[in-house]
Amino acid sequence: MITRDEVLHVARLARLELSEDEIEPMARELSAVSDYVATIAELDLDGVPPTSHVVDISGALRADEPRECLPREEALDQAPSAGEDGFLVPSPQAG
Amino acid sequence: MSEAAAGNGAAPGGLEAVIGLEIHVQLATATKMFCSCALSFGEPPNTHTCPVCLGLPGSLPVANARAVHFGLMIGLALGSELAPRSIFHRKNYFYPDLPKGYQISQYDEPLCLGGALGEVRIHRVHLEEDAAKLIHVGASGRIHGSDASLVDFNRGGTPLAEIVTEPDLRTPEQAGEWLRLLRTTLRALGVSDVNMEEGSLRCDANISLRPAGSGQLGVKTELKNMNSFRFIERGIKAEIARQAKVIETGGTVVQETLHFDPDSGAITSLRSKEEAHDYRYFPEPDLLPVTIEPAMLEQARAAMPELPAQRAQRLTAELGLSEDSARALAFRGELAPYFEAALAAGADPAPEPQALANWVTVELLPRLQDGEDPGGSRVAPAALAELVGLVGAKRVSVGAARQVLDRLVSDGGDAGAIVEQEGLGAIGGGEELEAVVAAAIAANADAAERVRQGNAKAIGPIVGQVMRETKGRADGTEVASLINAQLGV
Repeated sequence: MITRDEVLHVARLARLELSEDEIEPMARELSAVSDYVATIAELDLDGVPPTSHVVDISGALRADEPRECLPREEALDQAPSAGEDGFLVPSPQAG
Repeated sequence: MSEAAAGNGAAPGGLEAVIGLEIHVQLATATKMFCSCALSFGEPPNTHTCPVCLGLPGSLPVANARAVHFGLMIGLALGSELAPRSIFHRKNYFYPDLPKGYQISQYDEPLCLGGALGEVRIHRVHLEEDAAKLIHVGASGRIHGSDASLVDFNRGGTPLAEIVTEPDLRTPEQAGEWLRLLRTTLRALGVSDVNMEEGSLRCDANISLRPAGSGQLGVKTELKNMNSFRFIERGIKAEIARQAKVIETGGTVVQETLHFDPDSGAITSLRSKEEAHDYRYFPEPDLLPVTIEPAMLEQARAAMPELPAQRAQRLTAELGLSEDSARALAFRGELAPYFEAALAAGADPAPEPQALANWVTVELLPRLQDGEDPGGSRVAPAALAELVGLVGAKRVSVGAARQVLDRLVSDGGDAGAIVEQEGLGAIGGGEELEAVVAAAIAANADAAERVRQGNAKAIGPIVGQVMRETKGRADGTEVASLINAQLGV
């Protein structure tokens, strides 16, 4: 069971603000996900390596060749807050 | 804790420092780690971005083949085991310099494992992406009047190799020395600009104290992001002193991340305990595992240059240099090429290799600005070679040669010509020197008497006067034997 403290801890790591009445339902929902994944433990998996990727191919690398970048206006266009030359965020030091 | 209180590098009071380093190396690829944006060098902010390095939904990263190639070269240089298959992980943390909320890094299956450089063992080498740059812009009306930072994503996604050592270092000086060797090695490999001031080589130090000789490890702190060799040595020194004081006053060292302020020498805690590392690593599903094909390995091997350690061995074996000299030359990237250029300059008389090595490391280097590359100084390799050759042939005394070198450092030019112009050619053997010696004995009668009575050290003032009179052009050993001869001892 995911505890209230664990919910608050993960929320803080993700900088999410949860209201008091969101905490308990969140704990319940996260527990359901975690319990579902835990059903895999019912299998005998000795000697089976963990699956890190679902496709069985590897080694796809990209040649080190530059391509055109986004125009800056376009890059900044969808930001909630932007100055002329960059994305603006609340100063983390002030946080 | 002030630096002054830190004294020298050794830990006090029967304590021993245990130091490990984590070095981030910006790789000199053309493009970023996981997208095709060209790397940026001081261009206007946010002109080198794309949906991948901005972390826009639906974009997919693909690893840069050259970054993997450089990673393999580093692994080969450090004698690491190269993983036939390695995978990328997501390292989750929330900070505005990471658009995705995670950094793509490697975790328990890195590209290179183990190895050693000099006497320091390597724990691992892995590939990852650099974070963006935050620029504090002060109060901005656009964010409810609060303090704002500007995020520049040009650097975001730059390929990094992170090299982690085992905790095999014991003093700040040793850490600085080893880091210089690592930098020279990386420079020889050509995998990075390794410029600390510009951030292409960054170093964190893990530091703990324990009773000297103990096999246990104490609680460690992590000193972050020091950007010059001097700061690294001073920072580690200050942190050792801080921990020693905590222990000596009966306290316990707390595991934390620290910042060293080179201006004040102060050490401050960087992150509060609540934000202790909780990165929730998991395999990056958007990137395929990296498998090292035989052709890639062959390519990396073929690209390997002569490394500093090999160069030091060669200098000893081929030129008969002492091991210390060979290391002093080979472990600082700029010195060995300069030395070899001087040796090959065809100076007449030709300098003796060991003497030339000494002049490069003991005389030339301290005369240059801190960290200046002798190759970029006014002293041409051929000029130094000629000077050392003249000293070897006893045509210029050591003292006069030092004056010539001063002139070469400030004005450049030709060693032989400066000797001529300044009249610094050696005087020796002749009546001229005999006369100067006789005058100096007469002027220092007390000292002369004491030398006669067997006090060999009393000769100092007489030699000093001869050197002053001859402007250092006389050979010290010859002067001493002339004085002794005239005094009949």
